[in-house]
Amino acid sequence: MSASPQLTANSKPATAPPLANAPASSLDLAAAFRDSHVGDVLDELERELVGLAPVKSRIRDIAALLLIDRLRSNLGLSAGAPSLHMSFTGNPGTGKTTVALRMAQILHRLGYVRKGQLTAVTRDDLVGQYIGHTAPKTREVLKRAMGGVLFIDEAYYLYRPENERDYGQEAIEILLQVMENQREDLVVILAGYKNRMETFFRSNPGMSSRIAHHIEFPDYTSDELLAIAQLMLGRMQYRLSSQAENALQEYIERRKEQPHFANARSIRNALDRARLRQASRLLGRNYRDSADASVTRDDLMTLEEADIRASRVFLSPQDLAPTGDSTRPGEPAAPGRSRS
Amino acid sequence: MKLTQGTFSFLPDLTDEQIRAQVEYCLHNGWAVSIEYTDDPHPRNSYWEMFGLPMFDIRDAAGILTELHACRQTFPDYYIKVNAYDSTHRRESLRLSFIVNRPAKEPGFRLERQEGAGRTMHYTTRSYATDHPEGARYST
Repeated sequence: MSASPQLTANSKPATAPPLANAPASSLDLAAAFRDSHVGDVLDELERELVGLAPVKSRIRDIAALLLIDRLRSNLGLSAGAPSLHMSFTGNPGTGKTTVALRMAQILHRLGYVRKGQLTAVTRDDLVGQYIGHTAPKTREVLKRAMGGVLFIDEAYYLYRPENERDYGQEAIEILLQVMENQREDLVVILAGYKNRMETFFRSNPGMSSRIAHHIEFPDYTSDELLAIAQLMLGRMQYRLSSQAENALQEYIERRKEQPHFANARSIRNALDRARLRQASRLLGRNYRDSADASVTRDDLMTLEEADIRASRVFLSPQDLAPTGDSTRPGEPAAPGRSRS
Repeated sequence: MKLTQGTFSFLPDLTDEQIRAQVEYCLHNGWAVSIEYTDDPHPRNSYWEMFGLPMFDIRDAAGILTELHACRQTFPDYYIKVNAYDSTHRRESLRLSFIVNRPAKEPGFRLERQEGAGRTMHYTTRSYATDHPEGARYST
């Protein structure tokens, strides 16, 4: 963390003249930083991921270490590859999977992994169904992941304490062996919800101690969620009218209080539903009034306040109660998670 | 007698580092690498046993090397070769094949003569190793 301000300061084109007459035992840190393109990676991360301060600072640390290690090895100092296995814990929708996807790319550009592909697996890909099925299956996955990052989503499913003959344990043992012996060949990232991952690590202390970086993903604040919404809309080439933006802010405040709130994922779903409502609003207007049967580019791009306000989140509990449908205040809507 | 089949066979045996570099080259070209072993080194024996399936979706040589180490551990006294298969349309054949493991002692081949009709001679070679049954040919 202490390295971060220095790194960002250096990410601008270095002004210091090259140290031409420096003794051979010193190296130009700024030049090395520039050549490694670490700055680009970090800038991109800052631009495209909202919030997540602890995650970003950890990535900055790792980047700094890898750079310094390279300089050390240039001078003949020992520079053992650091262990980079990680675990990502956090609530639903806090960006664990998104960051893991980016991590492969980042580590590749930092030169830590050779190929930089991401192999995302779950329990089903690692654990077999009968005796002798698990080991080849796990090895197959590990072989595919070599030279890149192996991402195990919902890793706690690997370990099923209630069934002592579960084959998950076998997969864990093979995984541990490779994590220990072939550290330079692949990076393993485990991800999952916080409390279940803690249980998993408690019952597999070997796993916990082989993971150098336990990174926790904090929940987003309302402002960050709004920024995320803007980012998502920008990517989909939509925009919010200024009233709609206020409505969305209010929506986020209300939605956070309700059950089954899944951070960025809830926001994405809300935006998807707003797009549905915008579409039928535009279509409905044209059905009623055939004289005004044209839509402008602006119409197609803009989400209005009404598209957001129509959400069920804005209904008060009194509005909901007498309708007699299955939704009661304080209870999730019956069909799945659709809280429109 | 050192068996000379496949690419690089007149060179000294490749080190693991050299094997890794060759495999890396194969993967870079998009060829699927597979590992095969045998204890019947006759030059016309094209059917070696497969050690696992051809590895179609490997990105890095480390995966192949892992498999190769496993094969060497299981069959230390066998011939093991690495094949690279090019699946490009109309190519669909091996592009590279080289031996990566050989038994400690290679007794070589004997030349056999057979007299045919009209005093014609038929020549054939036979590996000394195949005098023993499969699996007991090279273990010392």
